Amino acid sequence: MTSTITPDTSATADISVEEQQFNDLIEADSRIEPRDWMPEGYRKSLVRQISQHAHSEIIGMQPESNWITRAPSLKRKAILMAKVQDEAGHGLYLYSAAQTLGATRDDMTDALIAGKARYSSIFNYPTPSWADMGSIGWLVDGAAICNQVPLCRASYGPYGRAMVRICKEESFHQRQGFEILLELMQGTDEQRQMAQDSVNRWYWPALMMFGPPDDDSPNSAQSMAWKIKRHSNDELRQRFVNMLVPQAAVLGVTLPDPDLHFNEQTQQWDLGVIDWTEFHEVLAGRGPNNAQRLQRRRDAHEDGAWVREAAAAYAMKQNARTQSARTEEMAAK
Amino acid sequence: MSEQIKADAPADDHGHVAVDVTTLDAELIEGASHATPDIAEYALWLGDDSLVLAQQLGAWISRAPELEEDVALGNVALDLIGHARSLLHYAGTASNRTEDDLAYWRTEPDFRSLHIVEQPNGDFAHTIARQFIVSHYLFELYSRLRASADETLAAIAAKAVKEVDYHRDHSTQWVLRLAQGTDESRRRMITALSDLWPYVEEIFRDDPLIDRLEGIAVRPSSLLAAFDAAIAPVLAEAELEVPRGFIASGGGRTGKHSEHLAFLLAEMQVLTRAHPGASW
Repeated sequence: MTSTITPDTSATADISVEEQQFNDLIEADSRIEPRDWMPEGYRKSLVRQISQHAHSEIIGMQPESNWITRAPSLKRKAILMAKVQDEAGHGLYLYSAAQTLGATRDDMTDALIAGKARYSSIFNYPTPSWADMGSIGWLVDGAAICNQVPLCRASYGPYGRAMVRICKEESFHQRQGFEILLELMQGTDEQRQMAQDSVNRWYWPALMMFGPPDDDSPNSAQSMAWKIKRHSNDELRQRFVNMLVPQAAVLGVTLPDPDLHFNEQTQQWDLGVIDWTEFHEVLAGRGPNNAQRLQRRRDAHEDGAWVREAAAAYAMKQNARTQSARTEEMAAK
Repeated sequence: MSEQIKADAPADDHGHVAVDVTTLDAELIEGASHATPDIAEYALWLGDDSLVLAQQLGAWISRAPELEEDVALGNVALDLIGHARSLLHYAGTASNRTEDDLAYWRTEPDFRSLHIVEQPNGDFAHTIARQFIVSHYLFELYSRLRASADETLAAIAAKAVKEVDYHRDHSTQWVLRLAQGTDESRRRMITALSDLWPYVEEIFRDDPLIDRLEGIAVRPSSLLAAFDAAIAPVLAEAELEVPRGFIASGGGRTGKHSEHLAFLLAEMQVLTRAHPGASW
């Protein structure tokens, strides 16, 4: 889509007072809060983005939780558990932010397990080695941070505030990933090979996390006009690569792009051609682990149904007890 | 590196455990005395229980019945890993071994865990029943171990007791919910409790080691009355009865284990053992 869908934010006679107020708030870089009027498109767009983000956190627990039971030291085991647990926490804040827009957690969960909702495609790649815990932290969380830091200023208040907290934790996650790779690169030949092999597998998928190129990104223009999104996909991807190159040098790993070179003119690192066919394949559900990730989420949800039903039934009984105790108390007066 | 992580970690409560665990080594090495062989053996008893239980609970993360439980079970597992690290580190001072030497390079007969922590996760009710029993026991244990004549054990217990108090509450709430929720949850809770109960007796069994550690270790049999008193009102409110039935043979403290432990260790140790001498 092109910039023709950018909303007209100037005051004209044919928009309502509410819409004018909304446009003024956006224009002034103020926050929109749940009580404020907002266009239906803005609400929908946010629910889509926030719930996709929440789903990504939840599905994103899986590739890492694979290694909790096999982490190679107790310290690494503890850090990995804390990290995956943080991701569950992020999912919770984000679902709550979406709930302020009228979405329900049940509907969002149902959409996810029915395969109707999207989540970040990166989590459809497998984690066959321990070094993948390093690459996910360094590359995947690193890319997520580049994407998410600007979201802390997103125009919708609850989303922006959730992102502030999430970004703080993500930067810790990225550092621990870098540290895992550093330790491997300073270790035995086998460990170094494990690290390089993992970086080779995760580098390109991490670059694809920024989404399609700007001239092929259907939702971007409107989101930028509404100040939900503040930088273009390509801009953020470039920023990320510029950040990675010196870090890769410290690690001693090679980034698997033979065409990567420094452009003296732009003072940026120019990258080779991204294979978008792969991205579209994974997005279409044909990635290495799409089916497995969804199945595990569905299993956890279905296996846990009796527990959630029990909790709900118990809460109802407790409420009824409190209620009848109150009624008796009133009657006694 | 651990100091760097500490300085940059978020100041709020979420994620604080990661900070603790990364700084644990430095803190302990500074203050640690050397354990005698008997004290080291006792520290292994307690450390192995926590380690095996943490390993089991860690497997729930991303598979729990609701997101809140992914977080809660993860928290409990993290606390237990912290206790295990402190205890194994201390045990290792007697034989010049690290916490990881003990966790990853011992085989089954050298482990000292109780059979109850080795019992598989099962369904959520089994995990909760196991948690309910073990957390109540650990709370009574650490409450008393705070007064140990051994300063390191006393310090570990003082920290652990506060965390185990939360675990106790978490499992108690779930016992009540499951027992009084739906017919299905009640049936599952009763089954789980009766499946786990045979392993309770071993927890409170004494051993000659305890006689040699008078004033240092807590005598397991001395905790039984307090344990019974603490769980009785919960079971009463939940309208559950203490199951009757066989008593499992036990023997974990002398290296005789359930069949489950070998599988658990195989998974836990596989990567580390493929790379002897490597650092992670």
